[in-house]
Amino acid sequence: MKILVNGDLHDVVVPTLAAVLDELGYRDRAIATALNGEFIPASARSSAVLSEGDRVEVLAPMQGG
Amino acid sequence: MQLYDVELSSRLMLGTARYPSPAILTEAIKASGAEIVTVSLRRESSGERAGQGFWSLIRELGVRVLPNTAGCHSAKEAVTTAHMAREIFGTAWIKLEVIGDEHTLQPDVFGLVEAARILCADGFQVFPYTTEDLVVAEKLLGAGCRVLMPWGAPIGSGRGLNNVLGLRTLRSHFPDVPLVIDAGIGVPSHAAQAMEMGFDAVLANTAVAQAGDPVKMAAAFAKAVAAGREALMADPIEPRDLAVPSTPTIGKAFLA
Repeated sequence: MKILVNGDLHDVVVPTLAAVLDELGYRDRAIATALNGEFIPASARSSAVLSEGDRVEVLAPMQGG
Repeated sequence: MQLYDVELSSRLMLGTARYPSPAILTEAIKASGAEIVTVSLRRESSGERAGQGFWSLIRELGVRVLPNTAGCHSAKEAVTTAHMAREIFGTAWIKLEVIGDEHTLQPDVFGLVEAARILCADGFQVFPYTTEDLVVAEKLLGAGCRVLMPWGAPIGSGRGLNNVLGLRTLRSHFPDVPLVIDAGIGVPSHAAQAMEMGFDAVLANTAVAQAGDPVKMAAAFAKAVAAGREALMADPIEPRDLAVPSTPTIGKAFLA
């Protein structure tokens, strides 16, 4: 299944957002996620089932003004 | 000063972007005495660790964070970003920015009010980055905001207070609402001016981060903000059009 993570194409085999984050190496990070423009809280990642072409955003803390 | 029931002793807030190094950022925050620093969110690939390192640095300093929604151009984007920020940073505070113009980074005040209404209803404590417009300010307060952050000048421009009359009117129109000057501050005297005008606090970022010596500039801003506040408390004189001799004329010798 091909999905976009932060704009980059990834071919993943696991079905949920939580599993994809683990597969990509995001485990234990301070991150927040969105799926197709909607916020997905950490508690809902394991029940967020992905589909072909989904857009996942993974954001982390950053300097800001 | 109280912002959303949090008691603060420093009236200077500091942005964390554009410093030459994390070490200089750390020292600048310490030198500023700021108790609130602004932070943001950006994409991080699984191979990167910059965001994690930055967050550790901020947490070690023990300051309160005010996450922003910088770069958002619609209410929907800003609301989603606010939710993501609340989860990562563990705070209901959000510096709400909805940008309306790419060149001036002027807020889209229509999107701002819309996003503020949604976020306040959802339990966020919103700090809206707005203009000096009174009607917008009224609508933001009506949406549930209890602090306003009017701009001094376009973000990063360093021009100071572009519309002194408008800002003065805003201050007098909302005497009991905490007003924080955000954006456009260039030098400490701008910050002092804002404080003398009765604003509750000032947020500076580029002026400090991009100075030749950010740590020294942070200290200078701290002094300017404190001096401006103290001057306000000391009840300054009103300007006049004509001179008034400061030296008493009584008893002056007649030598003509």
